[in-house]
Amino acid sequence: MKLPEDLKYTESHEWVRTEADGTLSVGITDHAQEALGDLVFIELPEVGRAVVAGEAVAVVESVKAASDIYAPVAGEVVAVNSALTEAPEQVNTDAYAHWLYRVKPAAGGDAGKLLDAAGYAKVIGNG
Amino acid sequence: MLRQTPLNAVHRACGAKMVDFGGWEMPLSYGSQLEEHHAVRRDAGMFDVSHMLAVDLSGAGARAFLRYALANNVDKLALPGKALYSCLLRPDGGVLDDLIAYFRREDAFRIVVNAATADKDVAWLTALNAQRAAALSLAPRRDLAMIAVQGPNAREKLWQALPGSRAATAALKAFVAGEFGDYFVARTGYTGEDGFELILPGAQVEAVWNALAAAGVRPCGLGARDTLRLEAGMNLYGQDMTEADNPLESGLSWTVDLDSPRDFVGKAALAGAPVARQLVGLLLLGKAGVLRSHQKVLTGQGEGEVTSGTFSPTLGQSIALARIPLGVAPGATVEVEIRDKRLDARVVKPPFVRNGKVLVS
Repeated sequence: MKLPEDLKYTESHEWVRTEADGTLSVGITDHAQEALGDLVFIELPEVGRAVVAGEAVAVVESVKAASDIYAPVAGEVVAVNSALTEAPEQVNTDAYAHWLYRVKPAAGGDAGKLLDAAGYAKVIGNG
Repeated sequence: MLRQTPLNAVHRACGAKMVDFGGWEMPLSYGSQLEEHHAVRRDAGMFDVSHMLAVDLSGAGARAFLRYALANNVDKLALPGKALYSCLLRPDGGVLDDLIAYFRREDAFRIVVNAATADKDVAWLTALNAQRAAALSLAPRRDLAMIAVQGPNAREKLWQALPGSRAATAALKAFVAGEFGDYFVARTGYTGEDGFELILPGAQVEAVWNALAAAGVRPCGLGARDTLRLEAGMNLYGQDMTEADNPLESGLSWTVDLDSPRDFVGKAALAGAPVARQLVGLLLLGKAGVLRSHQKVLTGQGEGEVTSGTFSPTLGQSIALARIPLGVAPGATVEVEIRDKRLDARVVKPPFVRNGKVLVS
């Protein structure tokens, strides 16, 4: 199970990367893609949508189940990875290489409070 | 405590993801569920279905008993080995289970029932037997294991794997079983492909599974089994029909023989029950979601509900079985509520896929 040290994580199985411009890229963890199985559908949010921390903003569906993807922090959706909607299976191939959407954090909404790799490892029972 | 089949350790050694299915710990997949699905459509795959239960009925009144106990007519079974799909009904017409009945000899029939309903079925049949004062023996065969080997190359690979099997089973037609040695081999399945269902002593199943794997038959989990059966338009008990459902509203009229003078459990109730709904296939237009059970269906004749839905690996789009009002014909467009959206779907007549070919568009 891959857990890159340079990413932050949520208890709801998103990974979060702080980009150079201060926006946060959000994807699903390797643990999440493995639990879901073959992904066949991804629904991304509208660019410009304001979100609060913990709000369901995207949906991924595998052959067997649908799962909500949550916003790690409050802010505004500034970009979505539309290429994934045509090829959701890429997330199964490498979960950390494919972000789903980017959020520009509102004041105080930085990624510092999220889990680090060791903290997330405990969440999924690998600690 | 989940029950385990004799292949449990083999599944774990293969890295299977195990899940609770009707109280049994079963493999969901061994890796990619989509690849397992395609293996069955294009080559050969195998499923451990030892959680299902074979029940042997023996005694002089076996045929007469089943003639009354089953909604389909066992008198269609004239040749030894012939199989019949049937519902087991309650007196009020609700569906207790669906099963396959095999005719072995005039005094010996075998039925194979679903795992989650097996105990209920045996209790019901035992009570019915006592009530009819039949001197029939009902033997649940938990000592037996079952493997379904399915796909266009399934029979050939099974023949390669099991010495003696070719001569004994090559002539079997679809829906007929043969026996050789300890093996009961039926040309039946739940995938829409050719193949065999093999019933054999639990003590021998691991060796047979390994021999099949060595012959190139891919282990497949219950995940692929579900997408395959749904593409094949086959009902899943507990989802597409339950004790609360009328088989005539569940796409099963072809298995319920109301016209003949034969009496059977549930017949009187069904004869008087209104039929207002039908089970149809749905094909989601576009790729904006996935059909799932319990989603609401909106039609020109009223509302209905998806009973089973999935992503079809063969079609590359979402398909479903749905119970909707009568009068909505194949070709009609309906709407399905998926989260906060209403998406268009086309009503089609199942199956969606048979023998590797797509039958809907």
